[in-house]
Amino acid sequence: MPVPEWLRLRRDKNVQAEDASLWEKCPKCNEMLYRKDLGASQWVCPRCGYHFRMHAYDRINSLVDGDFVEIGTDILPTDPLGWVDKRPYKAKLDRDREKSKLSEAVVTGFATLDGFPVALGVMDFNFRGGTMGTVVGERITNLLEEARRRRLPCIVFTASGGARMEEGMLALMQMAKTTQAVQRFMADGNLFMTVLTDPTTGGVSASFAFQADLIVAEARAAIGFAGRRVIEQTIRQKLPDNFQTAEFLLEKGHVDMVVDRRELRETLVRLLDYAVDRSRLTPTLKAVPEFALQ
Amino acid sequence: MNLIVEREKGLVELEARVTALRERDAASDEVRVLERKVEELRRDIFGHLTPWERVNMARHPKRPIASDYLAALDRFDELHGDRHFRDDPALIAGFAKLNGRRVMVLAQQKGRDTKENIRRNFGMVSPEGYRKARRLMELASHLGLPIVTFVDTTGADPGIGSEERSQAEAIAACLTTLTEANVPIVATIIGEGGSGGALAIALADHVIMAENAVYSVASPEGCAAILWGDSARAPEAAEHLKLTSQDLLGFGIIDEIVAEPLGGAHRDAAGFVGRMLATIDNALAGLAPLSADALRDARYTKYRRIGARRDESGPRMASVLT
Repeated sequence: MPVPEWLRLRRDKNVQAEDASLWEKCPKCNEMLYRKDLGASQWVCPRCGYHFRMHAYDRINSLVDGDFVEIGTDILPTDPLGWVDKRPYKAKLDRDREKSKLSEAVVTGFATLDGFPVALGVMDFNFRGGTMGTVVGERITNLLEEARRRRLPCIVFTASGGARMEEGMLALMQMAKTTQAVQRFMADGNLFMTVLTDPTTGGVSASFAFQADLIVAEARAAIGFAGRRVIEQTIRQKLPDNFQTAEFLLEKGHVDMVVDRRELRETLVRLLDYAVDRSRLTPTLKAVPEFALQ
Repeated sequence: MNLIVEREKGLVELEARVTALRERDAASDEVRVLERKVEELRRDIFGHLTPWERVNMARHPKRPIASDYLAALDRFDELHGDRHFRDDPALIAGFAKLNGRRVMVLAQQKGRDTKENIRRNFGMVSPEGYRKARRLMELASHLGLPIVTFVDTTGADPGIGSEERSQAEAIAACLTTLTEANVPIVATIIGEGGSGGALAIALADHVIMAENAVYSVASPEGCAAILWGDSARAPEAAEHLKLTSQDLLGFGIIDEIVAEPLGGAHRDAAGFVGRMLATIDNALAGLAPLSADALRDARYTKYRRIGARRDESGPRMASVLT
């Protein structure tokens, strides 16, 4: 597959490829893969098509035309419950911040996709398993409110283990908060799209992930409400391999389509082209002074 | 085994003895001494409940369940089914009259005994139950009937069929429908409020909680399994989760608590149910004058303010990617 121009430009910024180790083993076909090559192929195994989990910034770089203007970086986690188990919650946050190079489990901002200005949110499993706490809830809400103000389409990539235990009920309430933001955004006639990536479960799947106009699932992603282990323990039997996969959900009628990551950008642009009238596109990033690029 | 049931065994025996003695001779010294002992024992057992003890109180086999509240309404007529798949017995819904007021009621129903529990799936609602709820929320909006809900579930049903029929979408759609509703919504947490399965019918203008009910992001067992891979550490998880009515009132997640008699709601079930219904009626009266837009705006603001806010002074962790 030819490397597109925009990807080549950003290859040196590949976050995951900056990791110390040079090689990565494909968990599916056991092929040893050079991390730099893997970064260039959007973290898809060139041999068997296995989709590795992707870092939020790599994901953004694989999608946007040029610049990505991040917002919500001043919405940062606190420790509302004063949670301490093996380690204090604050220490867990610090470690994840260092490990993931992210300030929280979702990155939000504006960009263009083949010229379409969009509000973009990308969740990342590397930060607390992509769990939704008060920051994820507030950043998603903030993104939808800003997109609504500008009448931009909004695309959110989900990756989440569910609600964040260490923020208790405040985390659960983010389901209500994001739902309200989605409802207001859509009621104004704006397009909301979600791309469900591996894994999308719990409180995130039971709120904004499944409230979109269009729901795209990334190939082979695990998607569901209850965790696989919980179900196995409840029914006391092993589940079939394909259970709760993107393909399983497609068959059962719960997602619009399943797309291979290598065709994802193209597909999203095609969907935007159907859903948004290009000739009436007036707002661009440059028209928004507070987010204008230097 | 229920912790509270175990702990109150001696007390229950003593109470029975006092009652028997009192019938024979109410004025005897023995009765007076024993009555004082009963009082002491009650305060001893129930005076300071730990979060885990409250979880057990919320699961007490004698605790009033949804059907006890429905039976105490002026009138209730059940409406069935999601119009697509089946009628879910774990969620009871229908028209009701509460103090003469016309309302739509949605309630999660546990069983009183093993047989009913199996039929009701222990109050764990399946997608078709949430879809029935959603259908009737829409009907309530259509007819202008306030929505009253009773929450009592460990969580949404985690079975194969529930995943096949998309439990996630069913809950997400309930949340959207409650957000859109143009009528007042009053939710009550009467026993267990477990996770998204509870919230699906508890996004409301006014949330009332029974004093010993619990409401948490996951059941203590689920939380312990998720964090430490060991559901036996549920008591520890309960300590962390801040799931009691007092905690949640402090966070502004619930609006009001209905006090229970010492020893739990079941010690005066009829009285407690009556007080809960009166509290609901009072909340409905307060919401009645509000327009649909005012209700929805207030609902938006209520949930909008829960959680993190911008910190203008804090460090900016990331910048423009170019």
